[in-house]
Amino acid sequence: MEWVNAVLQGTLLGGLYALFAAGLSLIFGVMRLVNIAHGDLIVLAAYLALSITAGFGLHPLLALLLVVPAMGLLGYALQRGLINFTMGGDILPPLLVTFGLSVIIQNGLLMGYTADPQKLQAGALETASLTLLGLTAGVLPLLTFALAVAVIGALQWMFYRTAMGRAFRATSDRQDVALLMGLNRAHVFGLAMALSLAVTAIAGVLLGIRTGFDPAGGGARLIFGFEAVIIGGLGNLWGTLAGGVILGIAQAIGGQIHPGLQILAGHLVFLAVLAVRPRGLFPKMEG
Amino acid sequence: MAEPLLAIDRLDVFHGDFQALYGVEAEIAAGEMVAVIGANGAGKTTLLSALAGLLPRPAAAIRWQGSPIGALRADRVARLGIALVPEGRLLFPSLTIEENLIIGGRMGRRGPWGLEAVYRLFPILRERRAFAPAQLSGGQQQMAAIGRALMANPALILIDEISLGLAPVVVRQLYEVLPAIVGEGMAAIVVEQDTSRALSVSRRFYCLQEGRVALAGASGSVTREAIGRAYFGV
Ligand SMILES: Nc1ncnc2c1ncn2[C@@H]1O[C@H](COP(=O)(O)OP(=O)(O)OP(=O)(O)O)[C@@H](O)[C@H]1O
Ligand SMILES: [Mg+2]
Repeated sequence: MEWVNAVLQGTLLGGLYALFAAGLSLIFGVMRLVNIAHGDLIVLAAYLALSITAGFGLHPLLALLLVVPAMGLLGYALQRGLINFTMGGDILPPLLVTFGLSVIIQNGLLMGYTADPQKLQAGALETASLTLLGLTAGVLPLLTFALAVAVIGALQWMFYRTAMGRAFRATSDRQDVALLMGLNRAHVFGLAMALSLAVTAIAGVLLGIRTGFDPAGGGARLIFGFEAVIIGGLGNLWGTLAGGVILGIAQAIGGQIHPGLQILAGHLVFLAVLAVRPRGLFPKMEG
Repeated sequence: MAEPLLAIDRLDVFHGDFQALYGVEAEIAAGEMVAVIGANGAGKTTLLSALAGLLPRPAAAIRWQGSPIGALRADRVARLGIALVPEGRLLFPSLTIEENLIIGGRMGRRGPWGLEAVYRLFPILRERRAFAPAQLSGGQQQMAAIGRALMANPALILIDEISLGLAPVVVRQLYEVLPAIVGEGMAAIVVEQDTSRALSVSRRFYCLQEGRVALAGASGSVTREAIGRAYFGV
């Protein structure tokens, strides 16, 4: 039973990893950008929620109503004001710029909030749980997983059913021909980063309620998100959810074997997938 | 004479360090059909790409209804009503045929062309609308590429090598619909390797040779010998 329970907890944890990963996957898909600062932006969103909950006495989930649009705007501004200037040729300049951004965010948070670990207070939600068939699951992890499914479903819908999604796919396919359709590449990239960081806001708040955070915590989130994307297969959003779940289960089972194995088991499964299926388990079909 | 729709004046275009066009002069009036012919590597694709804004070019070298547009980004040029059917079709592989058409019409310019009109022109595209471009034959892909450009209701359509890689019967079909397209008041610049075909559909022509206009004139009155000389530079 405890193994079944480990799988359940791991699956739910995978929802959080999928939320770390979805924004990463989106911008890689649209503009082939690997955003090294992605994890730090998740942590930044958590701090933003912290200030909002402290300032207005809001529940962190309600704070999402402010954090999501704020991060979206930040994403658009960052892309158009900074990252776009590095795009279009070599892959190295955007990589270096987002790396620099990562360092700046970490140090900015350190100055603004100190190195003390912080947590978002969500009251009863943190401890509430449901028991079914002898299995117990926390309401927060269940909610996280449900949100992950909803976010990925919404992104999928946006990508394949809306004009904005068409513009994303067209730009991803052939940037120069997309221009011929009157698509302003800088704006399309800005929108993609805005969406990416809006998802990051959700990830950051849920992370902040679940485990707490500190200014240096971005790197680990980037790695988990990155691993989920790669395991699931580049360019496949549902694959990213599956990748997050596989990573979560691997960590939960590893932790069940020995607490020290938890994180390592996740990395090992990632490496195993990479060795056997370098394009991930569910790569996008090539047309 | 009234202001031409598009005027090209001393157009030099480079691919990096390599100069592909030298002082090209040309113009096209509203509703006119002009052919651009020339051998492989003469600079035909370069000319259309530069007109569409995909290559750097001198700001004043291209005038649209009298205003210089050489400094505009390609998406701005497209918004003016200049649509390119690129060489090799270049449909969006991850969009269905219908999505490829819809995205062509996303700028919302008004005019006779829409999904229905394109499907009436090319009924096979209606049948294949949910397919990926790669599932279509070359001719059908060319129809989709033309349809995508028409969806923008452009004032000027630039068509690069309609017949490239297509079976003769398909080429004939495509050329049969060209007058219907231009009949709607749209101007067209048609690039073609097949000289006689290009001359038969157009009113005027320009022949490029190694990046220069070697010959230009009325399509109906030019002799084979003159074309041959301008084409090969012999
Ligand atoms: N991206 C590029 N980089 C460097 N040189 C290029 C590039 N594209 C074209 N050229 C060169 O520019 C010249 C004109 O090429 P262009 O493609 O415009 O010719 P074309 O008339 O369209 O030929 P074709 O009939 O083969 O399509 C050629 O010498 C070609 O080698
Ligand atoms: Mg060409």
